[in-house]
Amino acid sequence: MAVKVMIPTPLRAYAGKQESVEVQAATVGEALSALTTKHTDLKKHLFSDDGRLRSFVNVYVNDEDIRYLQKEQTALKAGDTISIVPSIAGGVNRARI
Amino acid sequence: MATKVGVATAAQLSKEEIMRYSRHLIMPEVGMEGQLKIKQAKVLCIGTGGLGAPLGLYLAAAGVGRLGLVDFDVVDSTNLQRQVLFGSTDVGKPKTQAAANRLRDLNPDIRIDTYDTQLTSANAFELFKDYDIIVDGTDNFPTRYLVNDASVMMGKRNVYGSIFRFEGQITVFGAPDGPCYRCLYPEPPPPGLVPSCAEGGVLGVLPGIVGTIQAAEALKLIIGKGDPLIGRLLLFDALAMKFRELKLRKNPDCPVCGTHPTLTQLIDYAEFCGIRGEEAPSTVTNIPEITARELKARLDHGDDIYVLDVREPHEYQICNLQGHLIPLGELPQRVHELDSSREIVAHCKSGKRSAQAVEFLRGAGFKKVQNLKGGILAWSDEVDPSVPKY
Repeated sequence: MAVKVMIPTPLRAYAGKQESVEVQAATVGEALSALTTKHTDLKKHLFSDDGRLRSFVNVYVNDEDIRYLQKEQTALKAGDTISIVPSIAGGVNRARI
Repeated sequence: MATKVGVATAAQLSKEEIMRYSRHLIMPEVGMEGQLKIKQAKVLCIGTGGLGAPLGLYLAAAGVGRLGLVDFDVVDSTNLQRQVLFGSTDVGKPKTQAAANRLRDLNPDIRIDTYDTQLTSANAFELFKDYDIIVDGTDNFPTRYLVNDASVMMGKRNVYGSIFRFEGQITVFGAPDGPCYRCLYPEPPPPGLVPSCAEGGVLGVLPGIVGTIQAAEALKLIIGKGDPLIGRLLLFDALAMKFRELKLRKNPDCPVCGTHPTLTQLIDYAEFCGIRGEEAPSTVTNIPEITARELKARLDHGDDIYVLDVREPHEYQICNLQGHLIPLGELPQRVHELDSSREIVAHCKSGKRSAQAVEFLRGAGFKKVQNLKGGILAWSDEVDPSVPKY
């Protein structure tokens, strides 16, 4: 089914500057795979080397966190919105300790 | 209930306070009862910058009886684009001092305590103990995890707000049955993966909007009215002018707030976030460098040097060394435009992006390529002060 994937600001540079991307997928895993196939630079920001979703990136289907659904196996319906929500802190990303 | 003229305690409002807060008092949602709760509230604001500015202003205006301000930074001219608590005459002053001056002028009746110090694992419990609510207006991951962990361990709610460019996130952590920051993000991103405001920029109004929402949430928690953002992550996009909301669940296995917490003491947060206090941890090493002075000498000597500018077009418009512009992100596709037989000096704003460019070009077989150490900022400092810094 056709679903929309919302791209967060810090990652838009790697998704052709788009704020959302349409993909065809039956599960969240397929949707993310389709996304990173279209935009290969996104892959290393979303996934670690062993293929797992990075833990400072959360994925939601509509308003539910996939960790509380079926994770990457979460089934999608036509018109669902997938949101990628990375951790942001503004300011600087290194401690002045 | 009004008291005799000049006599006011925390449990009562004076005639002057009733006048000052009349717009709160005539609303049933606040009323005398709510205003008294605000007067008795103790809120600690971590950070007095972009988020801290509206936070401090609106909490002081509302009459929060005791406000604590924690910041170890000094006011800088680049802050004034968004840190509206400060004025031009405050540049160079400690932020907590400038903030307290402004807030005491806004509301002389409240107690404001300043802590011109960095929040650390060693002082967090001591700083937090006198306050009921913590508001996180910080700008880095290690402190956010520290604020979160300390708040949960001390049973205090933490009103969280964060920003990036023109997007913001707001929620309330640390509520008794609510999630905490680690439920949302168990681990921070490795340094260097997410740009800072200095690198990515930030729309000045954005922390103004997000910080004001944080102040609203703090007030709602104090008066106990409305639906606080507990278990709700509010996402804001200022460019699209859209708000979205996602559900935040408490993770039963959370190491800090779960049913069997494994983390019961504060840790070394810099280490947790992969930072050990270096100024600019670089992922590239052994990059051949040239200083701005050396480059100037070589150019004056008439040496044939190809200056490659790897910044973005909008930066080129601010100032440039008349180099050839190929933004770093486009370098792989446009590398054929470069002549590897020529000597190339790559530069960016401060030397980090150009170091990556040099590493890439060396990997592509370029032998005569160097990085301008310190970037165009160093050129402005060492060679030509008329080049504006940004």
